[in-house]
Amino acid sequence: MKLAGWGRYPARDCVVTTPRTAEELAATLAKGPAVARGNGRAYGDSALNEENTISTRHLNRMIRFDETSGVLEAEAGVQLGDVIDAYLPRGWFPAVTPGTKFVTLGGMAAADVHGKNHHVDGGFGNFVDWIDVMGPDGVVVRASRDDNADLFDWTIGGMGLTGVVLRLGLRLRRVETGWIEQRTIAAPNLDAAMEAFETHHSAPYSVAWIDCLSTGASLGRSLIMLGDHAPLAGLPNKFRQVPFGPPPAQKRKVPFNAPSFALNRFTVKAFNALYYHMGARKTGTDYVPWDTYFYPLDSILGWNKIYGRRGFVQFQCVLPDGHARAGLEALLMRISDAGQGSFLAVLKKLATDTHKFSFPMAGYTLALDFPVSEKVLSLMTELDRITLDHGGRFYLAKDARMTDTTLRASDPRAEAFAAMRVETGAAGAFASLQSARLKL
Amino acid sequence: MSSGAILVLGGRSDIGLAIAKVYAREGHAVQLAARNVFDLEAEKADIALRYGVDVSLHEFDALDVESHEAFVTSLPALPETVVCAVGALGVQEESEQDHAEARIIMRSNFEGPVNILAILANAFEARGSGVIIGISSVAGDRGRATNYIYGAGKAGFTAYLAGMRNRLATKGVHVLTVKPGFVATRMTDGMDLPEKLTTDADTLASSVFKAAKRRRNEVYIKPIWWLVMLIIRNIPEFIFKKMKI
Repeated sequence: MKLAGWGRYPARDCVVTTPRTAEELAATLAKGPAVARGNGRAYGDSALNEENTISTRHLNRMIRFDETSGVLEAEAGVQLGDVIDAYLPRGWFPAVTPGTKFVTLGGMAAADVHGKNHHVDGGFGNFVDWIDVMGPDGVVVRASRDDNADLFDWTIGGMGLTGVVLRLGLRLRRVETGWIEQRTIAAPNLDAAMEAFETHHSAPYSVAWIDCLSTGASLGRSLIMLGDHAPLAGLPNKFRQVPFGPPPAQKRKVPFNAPSFALNRFTVKAFNALYYHMGARKTGTDYVPWDTYFYPLDSILGWNKIYGRRGFVQFQCVLPDGHARAGLEALLMRISDAGQGSFLAVLKKLATDTHKFSFPMAGYTLALDFPVSEKVLSLMTELDRITLDHGGRFYLAKDARMTDTTLRASDPRAEAFAAMRVETGAAGAFASLQSARLKL
Repeated sequence: MSSGAILVLGGRSDIGLAIAKVYAREGHAVQLAARNVFDLEAEKADIALRYGVDVSLHEFDALDVESHEAFVTSLPALPETVVCAVGALGVQEESEQDHAEARIIMRSNFEGPVNILAILANAFEARGSGVIIGISSVAGDRGRATNYIYGAGKAGFTAYLAGMRNRLATKGVHVLTVKPGFVATRMTDGMDLPEKLTTDADTLASSVFKAAKRRRNEVYIKPIWWLVMLIIRNIPEFIFKKMKI
């Protein structure tokens, strides 16, 4: 079956098995090195294995929910959107969510995904109490901060390369409503954007859309979006009628691949200018439904097709606090020089890392996407270089093209990760196109 | 707090479970019936957790027709809707040689389903309401060399459902015949299905729910199947018998 990540690059023919039980999963693992795949939302080749890709689509049952602690026990293939559907009406919300709800809990654990609250709450792994992991021998082990702590720590953020997560215990957060009190701040340049993040470091959610084509004095102009779960009492009357928000918007679908000329520096530049000025006019506080706030792109099914048939690549790095300012400026200048616009350019402050191989570190993360082309791939190599020069590292859930030398230069933990895989036997049992490319 | 229950016969099947979930999402209680039903505890918990409805498990053997009356009596309440997703595909070549196997295939697709639905139909008729959904198959539309034993069972089932619909139409009981084409399920795992003609259990389940709500009589799940079967049904027999399809 032809498979790709969300970026649709690279696409490969893969043998896919869809086990329904732990026994079937063990039998599939016995056939040779494999990688588990959730809903295919990692952008690159993290969940591709040509010989043996294991879909967790049918391992998707909710097992138990504790109304007092808010701990949900579920199988790894359960999707985040299903958790919200089931528990938001009862006053619970995921403590950490990435920018799409079409991810599986297993995939979230594997990438230790972060959300708009990372600077306050840390990553997804902080809210995972335990995981049941099937190791190289097909035996299932429960791992937590107390038991099999090493396995727990390596698996959260381990990109599926330590074992297959079968089940996990996940702490949800109490919310009174499904509405988000949102405040938008317009920052005319990078300094103003970073200052806004520092000033509002206690805002529960914060993220910035950044115009990566603006230049000169406007370099890095951004719209910073702050948010918090609105308490019931604070809600305007009309929203109080529907405390958990209106049903998610009708889904529109991108019907076909856009022609490659549809996105170019002029259209993106025009869009960005318009978007910034519209946003700057609307600054202030308003209430938006959770679906609009956290998952604006989910209402457009298949938005990944707007980049055309060849697909697109994501670039996401994090730069440590001390070097972030200089590094971001260098990255943005290189991007606007190259004239490679990105609709989705996101800037966000992150907190320190909490797991052995997780992506985040205290600093700033920048995420961009570009349609695939030779030019873009060589631009990205330059962006890699700039990131390395400023002590940054890269998010594997987005990566499709980095070299193993770049990874090792950016992250001394990679060597330890690879050594651990050899020692535990995981190296012979779990592999993806990405792990082969990065020699993990 | 749950509204009128749906009884799912064949509650272990992908199609049966998917339909159960769609009804549960709409607030209906679920009665899952299957053989060795005790190992559906995980599914029961999943549906109850996701949708907050009552879910119960009921031991049911479609082929043990003598037990069917008692099975219906044992249900916590007479369901509002019953869906019969019982069936067996078998392997055509094996069924041609092994007649005992062939009998099981035909009984699983016809005798068992018909027997239990007959009992429920009478109960629904007496009550004056109810919906009966039968999962039949396009294979029942015309016998083909590659699957006529399965197809014959389904053809009988389709005819039975049509007759029952005719009988009950004025009694407040609706009968819906569903003829899925290829569905990617446990039953078809490992088969190489043509993408354009194949649906999945979840899509099928939503279509079934909508069709039942609109009181449709007979539905193909992908519209293309209506056309495909129209053509297949209308090929003259003297040509058809020499074709390999």
